[in-house]
Amino acid sequence: MTQAGAGSDPAGSAPPLEIHDLTVAYRNKPVLWGVDLAAPAGRLIGIVGPNGAGKSTLIKACMGLLPCASGWVKAFGRPVPESLGRIGYVPQRESVDWDFPVSVMDVVLMGRYGRIGLFRRPSAEDRRIARDCLDQVQMLPFADRQISNLSGGQQQRVFLARALAQESDLYFMDEPFAGVDAATEASIIAILQGLRDRGKTLLVVHHDLPTARDYFDWLLLLNLRVVAFGPTAEVFTPELLQKTYGGRLTLLSEVAEAVQAKAR
Amino acid sequence: MTGPATPQARCRPHDRRLPRVRRSASGWLVAALWLASAGVLHAAKIGDLTEVRWTEQAARFLSMADPAVRHACLGTVLLGVSCGLLGGFLVVRRMALLGDALSHAVLPGVALGFLWNLEKDPLAIFVGALVAGLAGSAVVSWITRTTRLKEDTALGMVLATFFGAGLCLLSMFQRLPTGNKSGIESFLFGQAAALGPGDLQLMGAVTALVVGMLALGYKEFLLVSFDPGFARVLALPTRRLERVLLLLLAFAVVAALQAVGVVLVSAMLIIPAATASLLTDRFHRMLLWSAAIGAVSGLSGAFLSFLGTRLPTGPFMVLSAGVLFGLALLFSPRHGIGPRWIRQRSQRHRVARENTLKAIYQVLESGGFSSEVVPVEALASRRRVDRQAALREVGSLVRAQLATLSDDAVALTPSGWQGACAIVRNHRLWELYLTHAAQIAPDHVHDDAEKIEHVLGEATVRELERRLPRADVDPHGRPIPSVPAADPAMGRRGASATAGDRPVGYGGRS
Repeated sequence: MTQAGAGSDPAGSAPPLEIHDLTVAYRNKPVLWGVDLAAPAGRLIGIVGPNGAGKSTLIKACMGLLPCASGWVKAFGRPVPESLGRIGYVPQRESVDWDFPVSVMDVVLMGRYGRIGLFRRPSAEDRRIARDCLDQVQMLPFADRQISNLSGGQQQRVFLARALAQESDLYFMDEPFAGVDAATEASIIAILQGLRDRGKTLLVVHHDLPTARDYFDWLLLLNLRVVAFGPTAEVFTPELLQKTYGGRLTLLSEVAEAVQAKAR
Repeated sequence: MTGPATPQARCRPHDRRLPRVRRSASGWLVAALWLASAGVLHAAKIGDLTEVRWTEQAARFLSMADPAVRHACLGTVLLGVSCGLLGGFLVVRRMALLGDALSHAVLPGVALGFLWNLEKDPLAIFVGALVAGLAGSAVVSWITRTTRLKEDTALGMVLATFFGAGLCLLSMFQRLPTGNKSGIESFLFGQAAALGPGDLQLMGAVTALVVGMLALGYKEFLLVSFDPGFARVLALPTRRLERVLLLLLAFAVVAALQAVGVVLVSAMLIIPAATASLLTDRFHRMLLWSAAIGAVSGLSGAFLSFLGTRLPTGPFMVLSAGVLFGLALLFSPRHGIGPRWIRQRSQRHRVARENTLKAIYQVLESGGFSSEVVPVEALASRRRVDRQAALREVGSLVRAQLATLSDDAVALTPSGWQGACAIVRNHRLWELYLTHAAQIAPDHVHDDAEKIEHVLGEATVRELERRLPRADVDPHGRPIPSVPAADPAMGRRGASATAGDRPVGYGGRS
């Protein structure tokens, strides 16, 4: 698509994320089949699909955390390993041990490690940025707390602040709303929209369909393969959702209700 | 108010790492069995203990005149530091069993190192042990990758198999007619006194390497331990960092072997780090504590084993570490049992004092505040206790300078009056809040308020004041007092109860 621009300034021409024929397998069982997509810049993109659809697998494979059976992923027109400096990541909250003896500030500073460089200490500037990011997620008063004393929503905001401290252009977020109360969810989505408005591209794994429609500009409907990818208004249709969640009647009826409620 | 999630999160046990430490129980069992079976071997030496004047030995040790003593001290401090630092990583990563497996897996390498030129050559043994240890950890990761067995099973198997192989080799070696076999058993239980200059150079180099690498790459090792996936997204060389950490661990274990012994070296990795984790919540401080505790345990182990003749160092070192852990468990300011008990006790006493103050206030209130003193009998009947108990309660108030007692009558001091008003105010505000905002019937709120009154902080009280438009009369129709300022000159009668139109203030409580 944009091969011509690969050599020149990548920010201008190449899409933030381009996936071609990506297949991922766990022990020979494919969990993602032939994913093709090119994410436009400056969009807040939701990844939705049933449990086991490969949502987390997709973003992990994009960042090179899982081996791909076939296909390739490019970020800003270059292979992902070369553009990791422009990629931010919010992993699932359960992926770390929250009893680890570090403070909230320590965790947020980790977001700066990529920029600080190997074997060098965080500077005063790094600390200032980290405090700034903590302030954005309203967690600054907790900076010196040990992370095990945080609630689920607070942990999630610490992870978000760490990703903000990365100052990236493309963000992958794995269920940033899991285990978060409604007020925190609203403040997180406001921050994500703020990032989008500054031209960042965000891919967010989301498990709650009814809110997905409100939160995201674009949706990726995923169930082992890409069912649909496009602006929310075009993609959030009963037919496509049925294709995505096919066979799961309880969910279907829930979704149908959500769609109806919106139509009224 | 606080959401339901927060107390739940706080109720989580403070330290889930501790049970992991107990995992090394298998190591202890092996050690105990070995001590028992080796009893015959050591019987003569235990007999020695009574013959040697331990005071003389202590004097010899403390004077540091003997080069063997100096070597032992330096060696045990070095190994305490390196094992303590790396053990810190094992404990926070919940990999305590890896240290156990690695340390047992080196034994065949030690035996082969001996066999190399049939004498105790530090370098040959170091290389042999290192190779065997790394081979053991490679087998563990191979088993976990290629089978469905989990890591703990693989570690347990490798630990036992390698250790068994090592014991076979050692016993075969001891039957060999030739060779200098002296010092070989020091590798099982450790013998700090047998450390030579060559051993010390090796230990010094290893400790310097460990300290240097960890100081240089602290931030990288921290991130790789806390969140390896994130580390990879930051393009850190995670696999290389992991390998360096494992290599350093193997170095530290092998260097510590001769002083601690194969059987117990894993304890020197885990116990100092576990102790440190009780003392602090920050990783860098935990590492420093762990190194210090390791060094102190090493040193005291060397000292204690020196008191007898040829007593093994390892067990004493580990016992010292265990004692330090016990002390931390009892007295650590944050997580210790003792300080927690004291905190709970002082909390109980405060609640008891507040209840007495409240009862005094209520007696005064029932008399329309016409008197300034409360007879002890009236207090006792209000508190539903006998005279003796009431006097004890008053005594506790007097000691805290909240009240005075004369002629069997209690009078509140200004600060006592302030406290009484505050606690009654808390109680009635909370009752009002429950009936007002939570729509609970007035006869249901008293018991709840009895508990909440003691825990309401100033911020919460202000919030209650803000939410309650008129906070002057409680649901039972009694006036809610304001809290007089701490200044005693203000007098206490002036601020007895809130007049209807006066703004409700809340003075700071002591």
